[in-house]
Amino acid sequence: MSGAAYDRVKLARDSKRPTGLDYIRNIFKGFTEFHGDRRFGDDPAIVGGIARLNGSPVTVIAIEKGHTAKERSRRNFGAPHPEGYRKALRLMKQAEKFGRPVVCFIDTSGAYCGVGAEERGQGQAIAENLMEMSTLCVPILSILIGEGGSGGALALGVADRVWMLQNAVYSVISPEGCASILWKDASKAEAAAASLKLTAEDAKSLGVVERILSENEIGKREFYDRIRMLLAEELSALSGDLDLIGKRYERFRRIGNAGADGLL
Amino acid sequence: MAFINFLKPKNQLEEGGRTSAPLQRDEGEPEKKCPNCHKDIPLSRLWANDLVCACGYHFRMKARQRIKMLTDREGFHELYSEMKSGNPLNFPGYRDKAETVRAASGEEEAVICGTARIGKQSCCLFVMEPYFMMGSMGSAVGEKITSLFEYATEHRLPIIGYTVSGGARMQEGLLSLMQMAKTSAAVKRHSDAGLLYIAVLTDPTTGGVTASFAMEADIILAEPGAMVGFAGARVIEQTTRKALPAGFQKSEFVLEHGFVDSIVSRPDQRKMLAELLKMHNGR
Repeated sequence: MSGAAYDRVKLARDSKRPTGLDYIRNIFKGFTEFHGDRRFGDDPAIVGGIARLNGSPVTVIAIEKGHTAKERSRRNFGAPHPEGYRKALRLMKQAEKFGRPVVCFIDTSGAYCGVGAEERGQGQAIAENLMEMSTLCVPILSILIGEGGSGGALALGVADRVWMLQNAVYSVISPEGCASILWKDASKAEAAAASLKLTAEDAKSLGVVERILSENEIGKREFYDRIRMLLAEELSALSGDLDLIGKRYERFRRIGNAGADGLL
Repeated sequence: MAFINFLKPKNQLEEGGRTSAPLQRDEGEPEKKCPNCHKDIPLSRLWANDLVCACGYHFRMKARQRIKMLTDREGFHELYSEMKSGNPLNFPGYRDKAETVRAASGEEEAVICGTARIGKQSCCLFVMEPYFMMGSMGSAVGEKITSLFEYATEHRLPIIGYTVSGGARMQEGLLSLMQMAKTSAAVKRHSDAGLLYIAVLTDPTTGGVTASFAMEADIILAEPGAMVGFAGARVIEQTTRKALPAGFQKSEFVLEHGFVDSIVSRPDQRKMLAELLKMHNGR
């Protein structure tokens, strides 16, 4: 039982899984990548731009881990710097200006822990995304495709709908990190993974995600076709919603509400 | 007598800082060693100076002591004191740990919220508690802070928030993580209503709190020497395998990099906050 959750963690981290760019290229047409945060630089760990979904323009943003060793290193293993989050926010604001929905693909072990990232305000960059996404006037749909590592994942996850691949995980801390802090023993990661309730089923039962996407035929055309269909359906429903921002607020507001006894 | 008070240095420990002679004190009075200047300071002296050493070192302070230090007499009315985290994920050992901390700290949760008067200015105030699981943010902390921002928005009040936190409370898993989004959305509503939010970052402010409401204020103040950052220094060293620059993640370093408005030592905070509130006309 306790091993099952950790098996999911291993699956979610598998370098053979489709990455953000695989989803963008196979679901959308005519992807044009836009670079840079207009502040400091361009973060290769986050890609973004515009593309068409069944003909309609959409802003797409993805955390990209890369497949080969060389590519993974260039992408910093999908661990974004503040510039990545600032680029994402810039593209979201652009989407708002031109009235097109935003689709985010999330796959990161977490925001990068480095000196430069701290010097340039990793915490501030994430905080600003959380704040600004909460009132963005266009629909936002985020899909966790692999690892959903803490604040670095949430920074693209303040959405109207959050979906999760069957074997993706979403957690406040890595099981290894949790085990080493709480039990001073990283080898207890299996037990930590089970306790953290980080699987797609857990996330759905906690009200954190709305839909679990099956991984049948993962990486094949049928797989992407299925996601494209679901995305198009959901985005068209959200586009007609006149109380998008109010409902987005409530979506997060109700998580961790007090019961009658004051217990949360 | 009044004349003598007038001449007394503002920092009452100043004399102790200038001389190598031991401080005058009653025999047997308990002392605390300053980790910065290594002098032994009688507790009564420390208390008289808001737990700041003559060398400028700021000792950690309990939330209720801060509230007493900051607010006018009878000027604080606590809200949401009944809210506390249960054990929503049945995380092993969490319930016992929380109960032990409750008994030891006398607090139910890691933040105290309420309405306050500071220098006759009305505001909402939240102060996080370092002695409650190092101010970690679980559902209750997120709910209390969100509720306070909603209260302040509804009553058109400014908010002052003192942060101290090791980050999200991992024993509540994803529910803790989501509090970052929840509090941020409430801060945004308060901000969009044209109301003032001042954050005061104290040692340490890290992780999910830095990456949400600590960095979302209109004015961000910090205490001298406070550790302020997203990732912990040890994690960064392990990840990068490089030595960290001098003063890394100290509030002075964070100010130099443009993420803090001003560093304000503790004895000056009350006056400064009152003045800032006044300059914003109670908004």
